[in-house]
Amino acid sequence: MRVTFTANGKPVEADDVWEGESLLYVLRERVGLPGSKNACEQGECGSCTVYLDGVPVCSCLVAAGQVQDREVRTVEGLTGENGELGLVQQAFVDAGAVQCGFCTPGLLVQTDALLEQDPQPSDADIREALSGNLCRCTGYEKIMDAVRLASARKCAKGSGA
Amino acid sequence: MSERIIRHSARRSHRTSEAGAGGPSTRTIQGQKNLQDIRQASKDGIGGSPLRPDGTLKVKGEFAYSSDLWHEDMLWGMALRSPHPRADILSVDVSEALKVPGVYAVLTHQDIPGSKYYGLEIQDQPALAIDKVRYHGEAIALVAADHPETARRAVRKIKVEYRVHTPIVTEEQCLHPEKYGYVHEPHEYKSHASGNIVHSQKLVSGLGVSDEVRAMADVIVSGDYEVGMQDQAFLGPESGLAVPAEDGGIDLYIATQWLHVDRQQMAPVLALPQEKVRLTLAGVGGAFGGREDLSMQIHACLLAQHTGKPVKIVYSRDESFFGHVHRHPAKMHYEHGATRDGKLVFADARIVLDGGAYASASPAVVGNAASLGHGPYVIPNVRMEAVALYSNNPSCGAMRGFGAVQAAFGYESQMDKLAAELGMDPVEFRQLNAVSEGDSMPTGQQIDSPAPVAELLRRVKDMPLPPPLDLDDLDIRQLPGALSNTSHGEGIVRGVGYSVGIKNVGFSEGFDDYSTARVRLEVIGGEPVAMVHTAMAEVGQGGVTVHAQIVRTELGVEHVTIHPANTEVGSAGSTSASRQTYMTGGAVKLAAEAVRQALFEKGRRRYGWTHKDLTLLGGKVVSQARGALISIVDLLGDDAIDLTREHHHRPTQPFDKETGQGFGHVQYSFCANRAVVDVDVELGLVKVVELTAVQDVGKALNPLSVIGQIQGGCTQALGLAVMEEIILKDGKVRNASFTDYLIPTILDTPPIPVEILELPDPNAPYGLRGVGEAPTVSATPSIVAAIRNATGLALNRIPVRPEHLTGTL
Amino acid sequence: MEFLRPATWDEALAAKAEHPTALPISGGTDVMVELNFDVHRPSAILDLNRITELTEWSIDGDVVRLGASVPYTRIINELSGPLPGLALAAHTVGSPQIRNRGGVGGNLGAASPAGDSHPALLAAGRDVFVEAASVRGTRMIPIDDFYVGVKRNCLEADELIRAVHIPVADGPQQFSKIGTRNAMVIAVCAFGFALHPRTRTVGTGIGSAAPTPRRAVEAEEYLQGVLARRGLWESGELLGAEVIQEFGELVKAAASPIDDVRGTADYRRHALAVMARRTLTWTWNDYGKQIRSAA
Repeated sequence: MRVTFTANGKPVEADDVWEGESLLYVLRERVGLPGSKNACEQGECGSCTVYLDGVPVCSCLVAAGQVQDREVRTVEGLTGENGELGLVQQAFVDAGAVQCGFCTPGLLVQTDALLEQDPQPSDADIREALSGNLCRCTGYEKIMDAVRLASARKCAKGSGA
Repeated sequence: MSERIIRHSARRSHRTSEAGAGGPSTRTIQGQKNLQDIRQASKDGIGGSPLRPDGTLKVKGEFAYSSDLWHEDMLWGMALRSPHPRADILSVDVSEALKVPGVYAVLTHQDIPGSKYYGLEIQDQPALAIDKVRYHGEAIALVAADHPETARRAVRKIKVEYRVHTPIVTEEQCLHPEKYGYVHEPHEYKSHASGNIVHSQKLVSGLGVSDEVRAMADVIVSGDYEVGMQDQAFLGPESGLAVPAEDGGIDLYIATQWLHVDRQQMAPVLALPQEKVRLTLAGVGGAFGGREDLSMQIHACLLAQHTGKPVKIVYSRDESFFGHVHRHPAKMHYEHGATRDGKLVFADARIVLDGGAYASASPAVVGNAASLGHGPYVIPNVRMEAVALYSNNPSCGAMRGFGAVQAAFGYESQMDKLAAELGMDPVEFRQLNAVSEGDSMPTGQQIDSPAPVAELLRRVKDMPLPPPLDLDDLDIRQLPGALSNTSHGEGIVRGVGYSVGIKNVGFSEGFDDYSTARVRLEVIGGEPVAMVHTAMAEVGQGGVTVHAQIVRTELGVEHVTIHPANTEVGSAGSTSASRQTYMTGGAVKLAAEAVRQALFEKGRRRYGWTHKDLTLLGGKVVSQARGALISIVDLLGDDAIDLTREHHHRPTQPFDKETGQGFGHVQYSFCANRAVVDVDVELGLVKVVELTAVQDVGKALNPLSVIGQIQGGCTQALGLAVMEEIILKDGKVRNASFTDYLIPTILDTPPIPVEILELPDPNAPYGLRGVGEAPTVSATPSIVAAIRNATGLALNRIPVRPEHLTGTL
Repeated sequence: MEFLRPATWDEALAAKAEHPTALPISGGTDVMVELNFDVHRPSAILDLNRITELTEWSIDGDVVRLGASVPYTRIINELSGPLPGLALAAHTVGSPQIRNRGGVGGNLGAASPAGDSHPALLAAGRDVFVEAASVRGTRMIPIDDFYVGVKRNCLEADELIRAVHIPVADGPQQFSKIGTRNAMVIAVCAFGFALHPRTRTVGTGIGSAAPTPRRAVEAEEYLQGVLARRGLWESGELLGAEVIQEFGELVKAAASPIDDVRGTADYRRHALAVMARRTLTWTWNDYGKQIRSAA
C-alpha cells in the first residue's frame, strides 16, 4: 500500500508498504529518517519515540497505515533549519548525556515534549516522564543533568535573560 | 605522589558551558562519516572534558549505527533458530522456503565454503548447526530476501526434523557425562577442554586450606551463593551490512568490539584470505562484552557471497537474546576464617560457572574468577578452584566485570558475615584486611602500583547520607513500587550496605594484548591538523574523545580528526577489559610522540637545533629556555608526518594450572560503594535510594567520561542485584524480551554520587587506570548488603527477587 | 494482509462484518508487538484511529461513557475525579508514550489477565458495561460477563468495542499493582478496590492472578456484611485490624495464580493480601474523613 504523511514538516510518500509495517520501519527504511532507533520494537525502551500529531509515541507501535495524512516529527526534526542544534539536543551534548547514543533520539523527543508541557520540572517529574526511555550506558545521571540544563536554558530564554 | 580528587554530586550546579562541537555535519549511508572534525582548543587535552566528536551527530539522529545502514539493492538476512536446547537434526528441507517470491538464498552449513567452526579461544562453534543443536536459539539456516517479512515467511517454511534429547543443564548432569551425555562428543574437544568442562583453574597460596589452617582461625563462616544469568542488553541490536566486492572479497560494516579478531574468525569460514575481508566499524549501540563474539558477521557475509548482493542483518530484540553470549551464572561455595581481632586467616572457594553450549571466553573468565575471586584482601592462606562447564544452556562469555562480578558477590557477602560474627563494623573489618601497594595477591603477584582499598572505603563511608524518608511529605514516585501505588509509607525499611571490588585491566595470563595507532600530522588550510587512525571500537565509552585529547596534548595542535576505525590499520585489541584508554590510548600517545620526534628531527636537520628541551605548544615548536622557535605550519610545509606505533603492555604470565601462581595481570582497578535502599518488607519491593561510588582511576583523562563510566557501571550492577536475569527452564530461555528481561529504568536508578581518586600507576600511560568495570564488580554486593541490612535476611542469590524477600519462592 | 481504514463507525462495523477475522487496531500498543514479533498474522488490520468519536468521553447523569480509544493519558488528566480507580490504574500503564496511545478498548479487546484497566473496571461495580456493536446492533455487556478465558472475551467475530460505561465514583477508589521494577511494569498481580457508599457495596478486582480478571466475591460480601452490621457506613469509624486482615485473606483466596517468569503463585497470593489490606485501609481512611468532615 501507499502511505503519505508529513515528516518534519515535509510531505513524504512511501510505496509498496507491507500492511504489517510499523511507522518506525517506514521512517528508517523508506523515507531516509533512521534517527529513530529500533532497540526493542515492543514499546519497552522508548528509543523510537516520535511526535505523532504533536504527541510523543513509540513509532514501533504505530502501524504505518495509521499515519496516513498525519504529522510526524522525529529527532531529525529537532534540529534547526540551518542545522543548528535544538536546545535539548545541545544540552545532551554539553552534559555528557550521550555515550553510545542509541537511546538518545527517543530521550530527546520525550524531553522536548516534557519541557514543552513543563519548562521547570522537578527531578521526580523528570524521572516519571523519562521512565519509558531505557538507557544502558549512562546510569541516567548525566541525562538528569542534561534535562536540568535544558530546563535552565529554556527558562532563561523564556524570561529574556 | 600527586593526587587529585574529583567529586561529582548529583545535586551539583549545572554545567553551563555553551561550547559546542561546531562545523558542518554530514551523514552518509555507509557509516563512513560518524566523526566530525573537532575544532577545539588544545586546552581540551588530557584531563579536560571536551565534548564527544560524535555527540552532535548522535543528537541529530544522523550518526549511522550498524542497523541504520542502507545500500541500493540490498537484501535482508535472517536466521532460522532452534527451538530446542539439545537435539539431533535429522533433516533440513529448504525447498519450500526457496519458492517464496522475493527469496534469493537459503543456506545451511552445507553451503559454507571454508572452515565450519569458529570461536574466540576454542574453535568449537559451527557457523550454522551441523547435525545437532546444543542450545535454544542456535542458528540452523539462513535466508536472504527482499524484505524482512519475506525473509520471516521463508524462515517459517524451512522444515527441520529433530530428534529431541534431554538437555544437559545442571552441574550434576554436566559433571557426569558418562551418565547424562556430552555437550560436545569427546573427540570434538579442542585444546584444554575435556568432558563437559571447558576450563578449570586451581589456586593455592600460603598453607592452602586444611584442618590445621582452619584451627588457626577463631571464627569461621561459610556460605553458598548463586548468581543468575545476566545479559548485556545493549540497546543497539546486532546488525551490519555485508557488501560483496569486485575482487571476490567482502566489505562488512559492523558493530563489534574487536574488528581484527572478528576478521580472524570470519576469513577461514568464508574461505577468503584475511586481507579480502575488510571490516569497518559502523555505529555501535553499546556492547558491554556482548559483541566480543561473532553474531551475524559470518551469516551476512555468507549470504552476500551467495547472492552477490549487499545483505543487511538486524536482529530483533528477542533474537538478540539468542544471538550473543551472556554473563556466566555461577554457583559458589565460600569459607573464610579470621582471628578474634579481625584478621583474615584463610579463604577457600569453589566457583562453578555455567559456560553454556560453546566456549566463547570461558577460559579467560575462569582465570579471572580464580585469580580475583578472593577480592582485594590480604589473606595468608588461600585455596580456590574455578571451573566453567559446557551445558545445553545459552553460551556465556564476556560481560563487563568478566568473572570478577560473580566472585565479588560471594566474597563481599562473606566479609559482612564475618564482620557480623566478630561484632565488627563491616567497613572497618574490610579496611583491616584490605590490600595496599606492595601486598601480594593470592596468585603471588605483588601489587606494584597504588591500591588504596582502605582509603576508598573510608571515603565512601564519609560521604553524607541521603535524608531519611519524610513520611509527612511523601512522593510515591520515590518509594518502592513508585507509581504502581503499592505503598504510602507502609512496610518501608531503610538499609545501608558497603562493598569493595577488584578487577584486572587488560588481557591477562601471558596474552600480548597490543594496540596499534597511526597518527598523521599535516597542514590543511594553513593550520596544523592531526589525524588519528586506529581500529578501536568506539562503543560509547568515549575513546574517540580521549584519542583527540591525547594528540592535542602531545602535538600541541587544536584540530584533530578521527579516522573511521577499520582493518586498514593494525589491531587495536578489544574494547573490553577496561583496556582501551590504557592500550589504544597508549598507542596513540606513542604514535603522537613519534610524530613529534620526527618533527623535531626535521627541525634539527634544517636548522641545526641542539635544544634538549623542545615541546609542541599552541601550534609551535617551543624551547623551554628559548621560547617559540617556529610554527608547525612553517616547519612542516607541504610534508606530512604519518607514523604508526604499537603499544604493548608489560608482559604477564599464565597461571600455574595447579597452584594458580603467576604474574598474571597487567593492572588492578578498585572501586568502593555504599548503597542506601528502601525496602517494602511486606511486598519485597526494593528502591535503591542512593548508590555512592569512590574509585581510584590513576589519572582521569576525561573526568566527564570517567564519571559517566562509573555511573553506568553502577547501574548495571544495580540491575544484577535486583532485577536482571535470563530465566531458563530445561535449557529454554523464557524471557527473551525487554518486557520480561528487566533493566533499570530512570525511576529504578538513584542519584549516584561519585568521587574519583587519581593515584598514578607508574606502569601505565599518564598513570591512568582502567575504569569501566570495577564499579560493575563492586556495586552489586553493596546493594544486597543494604537489603540484608533492611530485612535481616540472608539473601544468597542474585538477583534478589520479591519472592526472596517475602518467603514466597 | 489488508489494511482497512474506515472513516466512520458505521464503516468500521461494515468492515468488521465483511472481514470478521480482521484485527482491530487503535493505539497499537498490543497489536503491533504481536506484528513486530511475528506472533500474529491476521488476514486484515482494521484501523480505528480515524473514528474520532472513539476518543471522546461524556458524563450522562452518574455514568461516564468512555470511548474505547480515549488514551490513558487523558483518563489520568481528565477523569481522575469521576473515575479515580481507573485513573490510578491508567497511571501504571507502561510508559508515558504508551499511555499516550493505549486505551481501555485495547485492554478489553486483548482481554489479557494482566491488563491494568480490568481490576479498576471490576471494582467500579456491577453496573459497568462494555458497549459492543456490530451491523446487527448494539449490546451492553456487563463487565462480569465480559472476560471468558485467558486472553478471551465474549465478543462475537463481527463486533467492535465502542465504549465502556462506568458509574461515576461515589466513594474512594484505589488501585495497586506489583512489578519488580519501579516503572514500565507489566503486572505481576494487581488489585482494584472501591467503596460505593450509595449502594452500601464495595468492589474488588484482581489482575494477573487468575485465567481472567476477576472479583473477590467473598471478600466483597464479607466486608459489606461487616460494614452493614456495625453501621460503619454511617459512622465511618475504624475497621479494626481483624477485618482488614480477613479481607486480605479472602482476596488472596479468590485468586488462582500460576508460577511464571514474572512471579510465583505464592508471591502473587501474598502480594494480593497485602495490597487488599492497604487499599482497603487507604479508602476507608478517606471515607472516614469524608464522613467526619460532613458531620
